[in-house]
Amino acid sequence: MKVKVLLFAALRELAGESTLELELDDGATLADAVTELASRHAALKDHRFATALNQRYSPTSAPLADGDEVALIPPVSGG
Amino acid sequence: MIEIVDHPIDVNALVRCDDAGAAGGLVLFLGTVRNKTRGKDVAKLEYEAYGDMALHELRKIVEEGLRRFEITSIDVVHRVGTLAMGEVAVAIAVRAPHRGASFDACRYVIDTLKETVPIWKKEFFEDGAVWVGDRP
Repeated sequence: MKVKVLLFAALRELAGESTLELELDDGATLADAVTELASRHAALKDHRFATALNQRYSPTSAPLADGDEVALIPPVSGG
Repeated sequence: MIEIVDHPIDVNALVRCDDAGAAGGLVLFLGTVRNKTRGKDVAKLEYEAYGDMALHELRKIVEEGLRRFEITSIDVVHRVGTLAMGEVAVAIAVRAPHRGASFDACRYVIDTLKETVPIWKKEFFEDGAVWVGDRP
């Protein structure tokens, strides 16, 4: 399956890209997407972030489907 | 009104829109760009948002605010992009028949926004820049 990953703020700068596409096995979860990302950008492992699936906060146990949008949400600082 | 904009916030428009004139009071909160953080001079700020999700989270906060407090309406506008000292980053307007509930609701909205909405602020100093809250 193919999922789109969005990176923001410090994570975006660290990775040097704001949008990636990942190819994952069927049955993959958000955790698998994070693992794949960390293998491409090791520095991500040193940062805290929440995870979102299709624009909703989701735990890393959430299963993924083809076409899903995943986002890594570093500590927010709006307002 | 719940919006994320990339231009200066029209605070007058926010204060003006009350169709029925039913609310007797309006509490307006403006989050503005401070000139110092922990004693260091701030040159400018940049705000970035995960737009669609931020709007969803803002709507959730507004819905919850309307449910929890005896108020008439909540409007929220957050600005993204580059902001200079003194500029308004976020505006929240709460209307209610009675002021107590509007102060409480306004506090609830800004407090919750700062915890949950996917918007990020980068502070620029003379010697570099840092995303607020970014600590490994």
